[in-house]
Amino acid sequence: MKNIPIVGTSVPRMEGRGKVTGHARYVDDMVLPGMLYGATVRSRIPRGIVKKFLFGPGVNWNEFVVVSAKDIPGKNCIALIEDDQPCLADGVVNHPEEPLLLLAHPDRHLLPKAVDAVSVEYEPLPAIFSLEESEARQQIIWGADNTFKSYLIEKGDVDSVWQNADHIVEAEYTTGAQEQLYIENNGMIAAFDPEQGLTVWGSLQCPYYIHKALMKLFALSADRVRVVQMETGGAFGGKEEYPSIIAAHASLLAAKSGKPVKIIYDRMEDMAATTKRHPSRTRHRTAVAKDGRILGGEIDFTIDGGAYKTLSPVVLSRGAIHAGGPYYWPSIRIRAKAVATNAPPHGAFRGFGAPQSLFALERHMDHIAQVVGLSPVEIRRRNFLQPGHTTTTGQTIDEPIDLGNLLDRALELSSYHAKKENFSRENAQAAHKKGIGIASFLHGAGFTGSGERFLGSVVGVEAVRDGTLRILVSSTEFGQGTNTVLCQIVAEALGLRYEDVSIAQPDTHEVPNSGPTVASRTVMVVGKLVQSAAVGIRNTLAASGMLSDDYSPEEFRAACGAYVRKHGKFRSVAQYEQPDGIFWDDEKYRGSAYAAFAWAVYIAEVTVDLATYSVAIDDFVALQEIGKVLHPVFAKGQIIGGVAQGIGFALYEKVVWDQGRMQNGQMTNYIMPTSADLPPIRVYFEELGNVYGAYGAKGIGELPMDGPAPAIINAVEDALHVSFNSIPLLPEDIFAALYENSAPLTIAPTARGRA
Amino acid sequence: MSESSEVRLKSEISLTVNGKLETVRVYPMERLLDVLRHELRLTGTKEGCGEGECGSCSVLIDGTLVNSCLIPALQAHGAEIVTIEGLASDGRLQLLQQSFLDCGGAQCGICTPGMILASLHLLKKTPQPTLEEIREGLSGNLCRCTGYMQIFEAVAEAGRRGAAT
Repeated sequence: MKNIPIVGTSVPRMEGRGKVTGHARYVDDMVLPGMLYGATVRSRIPRGIVKKFLFGPGVNWNEFVVVSAKDIPGKNCIALIEDDQPCLADGVVNHPEEPLLLLAHPDRHLLPKAVDAVSVEYEPLPAIFSLEESEARQQIIWGADNTFKSYLIEKGDVDSVWQNADHIVEAEYTTGAQEQLYIENNGMIAAFDPEQGLTVWGSLQCPYYIHKALMKLFALSADRVRVVQMETGGAFGGKEEYPSIIAAHASLLAAKSGKPVKIIYDRMEDMAATTKRHPSRTRHRTAVAKDGRILGGEIDFTIDGGAYKTLSPVVLSRGAIHAGGPYYWPSIRIRAKAVATNAPPHGAFRGFGAPQSLFALERHMDHIAQVVGLSPVEIRRRNFLQPGHTTTTGQTIDEPIDLGNLLDRALELSSYHAKKENFSRENAQAAHKKGIGIASFLHGAGFTGSGERFLGSVVGVEAVRDGTLRILVSSTEFGQGTNTVLCQIVAEALGLRYEDVSIAQPDTHEVPNSGPTVASRTVMVVGKLVQSAAVGIRNTLAASGMLSDDYSPEEFRAACGAYVRKHGKFRSVAQYEQPDGIFWDDEKYRGSAYAAFAWAVYIAEVTVDLATYSVAIDDFVALQEIGKVLHPVFAKGQIIGGVAQGIGFALYEKVVWDQGRMQNGQMTNYIMPTSADLPPIRVYFEELGNVYGAYGAKGIGELPMDGPAPAIINAVEDALHVSFNSIPLLPEDIFAALYENSAPLTIAPTARGRA
Repeated sequence: MSESSEVRLKSEISLTVNGKLETVRVYPMERLLDVLRHELRLTGTKEGCGEGECGSCSVLIDGTLVNSCLIPALQAHGAEIVTIEGLASDGRLQLLQQSFLDCGGAQCGICTPGMILASLHLLKKTPQPTLEEIREGLSGNLCRCTGYMQIFEAVAEAGRRGAAT
């Protein structure tokens, strides 16, 4: 086998040609004969009892297909972790976007008017909208106490550290909801055949989540539900769990009408009704020695889950495990809780709880530094985890990571010390205050704890008649590069050309369940399985005497083709098995939380304009250790894109709520970064490798979401000497804070005139 | 709505799309975006927001870059329109398309058609744009995946390769 390296090179994007020519097929590009268009009638109150539907005048209701909860053949729920979320509200509503009825009509232009013509009589019930209202149990809206899930992580004897502490540093930090804002809105097409069952095509991340939800909703067997992923125009977690609802709705309309039904959300419906990042509150109380060493701490991490449980327990888990960051805690107690409010359920979004708890921690590290009298650099350096240390869950760091070295390199790349000195000298006289801030952090790849073992992912690689190989996974492409990188891995494993490998369109009738495309697990976990399945093909050929040891790609292809012609199907399958030595206790929340951590130090340089109170980012250095870089261009693209979303999370993207409903569900008033807003984002990698990942890869997708917000807000504090503990931080927030603490600002008259 | 009232309310318009003359019957205030996607089945033009913010539906009308979600069909009568489907010829990618592939300018692909047309519009005016000119030229096109940097590289590279000519 002659091996020209493919892994580590930037091969062309597998599905790229279709994307640049406009021929790639997204769900809204697909039209089926006789297809109807569907729409959703939603609750307009946050909580109450539905008394009656009134179908108003001006609409020819005979032409419409109308579906209510009574039309559901199986269980009225969207099956996920728990079955608490109804597919269509049956008598009770718990948030102001809750689906009540479904309508379909051949002319999509008639749907908005029909939706508006349905009025609903309610008996309103009191609702709750904040963490505090939920915790106070003003109203019990979920379970016995409004709590979806709580965790306790304990290490050492934290109660004994306070008496010996030189400093005790306490503070509270909050983060707001954030919309994923994929540019392709959510959408699905469903068709129902009494013989064959249901088929749905859609924009989605996790075909088998939808498969599971539809089986339960329709009481159908696995073989009578088929889910096909179309090209998907961005997801970022936003198409992890919500697409099950749209698939369910389109399927109900299709089953009742006997015709295919397409539901495409418009932007406002997508923003208001679908999931967003969980709002959070983190309280830190930290015992610190006078040399800056952390002795122990208590962290209370609380997230707002919205009206139903959905994925909140898992988001909470990841947020809680990341709450201690890349530091050594001799003792710690982390209490984490997800609570209910009368808002649409919050859900998966890149980072999945970690951006929230790491924002708090990395702001807190700067506060500790101030109290102790150390620099932000030194406080981090003195507390970094080192090989042999244990994390907050007791996981031993067994790779040779040197965070001090990573920090030094980031400081050098950003000219940190020189800039810090210049800014502190020049700021006093300037109307534009400059600052520089650091965040150091980690992100665990793959499912948490025993998650991968429970998933037991299966992948396949098969040879097709022309002798090329085809990868069979339910792992989806939505921009990150799944298709390309998995094909690289197979080509590399077998010494083939990249062109000799393709990947099947995710279709539950064609591909095994390789798990959901989430948690930065695809390259590391699924990639490793695909590598193993590929080797199985070679072993079979070798064992049958059809392949020499020293084969060329052409010989391999010929042998595959011959094997297929002789035996018919030629497929190799691999299933996840937990590596030895990985232990996790779900009860005590102790053990190896993740098979691998990626590590990073990000440095942001900002200018705060004291005329407009806006923050401009002048430079951004993103340095990370991600095992091995399998595709340099894509890896860099993942980091830059994640940093851009992190900048939005920090400075622009504010969801305005009223009575549990998003008020600014448009791109005109929910502001994401444009090409004119972003700084140069400079990306650097270190590569230690990883024994658990394909070719040493670790997860990469979520990591860059964690660091930008704290690095930027630390830089704003460095510029203004005013502390901000909540994001998003908008100009009006800075204005308000400066007027409350006007003392530290002195602006020279000439500079003010210029501003 | 009855068949006859539909006929009565619709108007016939003619427009040249990617060099081909097309005649369609549409509601006068129907969006050009819908005419392209539904009547002509040119689905490469995407809808992202429906209110002229995201630029996914960008096309060229008589050489001018527009958001096709804001253009009433009647305004396109008699116009020359270029959509993403009009760029590659005989299976050969336009240089901009190739540069987007080479530089990582397309991830999920949904903003890509509009982004490429905005880039083409920029390069026609400014064949070798500076980074600032690229930032400004693409500021009406939102991308949530890339953080734009690799799109900037793609446009600069296409400029160097002479994509505008």
